[in-house]
Amino acid sequence: MVTDPVLLQAAADLFPSGISRYAVGGFLVGLGTVLIYVGTGIPAGASTFLESTLSYVSDQSRFQQYVASRDWRVVFTAGIVLGGLLFAATVQSGVVTSTLYQSGSTGELYEVGGVTLWSTDVQPWRLLVGGLFVGVGTRVGKGCTSGHGVCGVGSASKTSIAGVVTFLVVAILTAQAVAALGVTP
Amino acid sequence: MADRHPLFMPLILVGGVVFGFGLGFSQMARPEVVLNFLQFEDFGLLFVMFGAAIVSGLAFAVMPRIRDRAPLTGDTYERRLKPFDRNVLVGGAIFGVGWGLSGICPGAAYASLGTGNVTILWALAGMFGGAYLQGYWRSRTASSDTAAAGAD
Repeated sequence: MVTDPVLLQAAADLFPSGISRYAVGGFLVGLGTVLIYVGTGIPAGASTFLESTLSYVSDQSRFQQYVASRDWRVVFTAGIVLGGLLFAATVQSGVVTSTLYQSGSTGELYEVGGVTLWSTDVQPWRLLVGGLFVGVGTRVGKGCTSGHGVCGVGSASKTSIAGVVTFLVVAILTAQAVAALGVTP
Repeated sequence: MADRHPLFMPLILVGGVVFGFGLGFSQMARPEVVLNFLQFEDFGLLFVMFGAAIVSGLAFAVMPRIRDRAPLTGDTYERRLKPFDRNVLVGGAIFGVGWGLSGICPGAAYASLGTGNVTILWALAGMFGGAYLQGYWRSRTASSDTAAAGAD
């Protein structure tokens, strides 16, 4: 165990919420990806769903190219939503407790039918405008945090590593600039 | 594709549930937590991204060596490799602006909705709008110069 007070202080500064919830969550995100890959050979990313789902309502050729995969992508996304709900109904509601889980103080908790739900305090305009950029960027850039970040980096793809470095650097600069302008949350 | 294994969709669903539960547990489904990371206030999020990449990387490295084809599709195991071009950097930068402004990415937004975050529908509306805009524009340019982009 690390007992050096300087190191402990440094760790507390860098990781004020500890690392266990992040590491466990990351393991599960990877495990979900692995389950699908082992069974189907598909390295599933989350953002193609945006375009493949548009193929149900638009004849544009960009969307129609995803017709073959659009059904399972809806199921994958429904699974992710259900996974979030399962987390809310168990750990977030305190029904299942774990020393590995560190609850935060961000956003607002509220209850519906005995389930503790959570909602963000980040302003709607940031979510809408940011989402618009995310929607354009992930499709032009061939992947998002899961496609490039998890599957691509996991595949040691140079394309994906370049994509991740690019969006990470730009996102850090953007978030710091927005915070410096006094926008919060 | 028509004769898919009956367990194909159930496995996709279970994989999605585990994936979404992980995003909830890690709190990457909370925009505030992502913004705290990007503002250098809490570096824990690195463990989500790289932890997941390491776990999936093991499967990407091992499966092609020990089996030829995936049991539920008959597809060969391949790594996720995409051709590099300028779009990877341009799109990555646009994605970065959006992620840094909103603190949310597509997978985390789906999971966030599941944890009760109805407000995240703003971000999902934006994502669909953005995906539609680029698809509309690129479908038109693709049909005018007939160049097949081949991007996934």
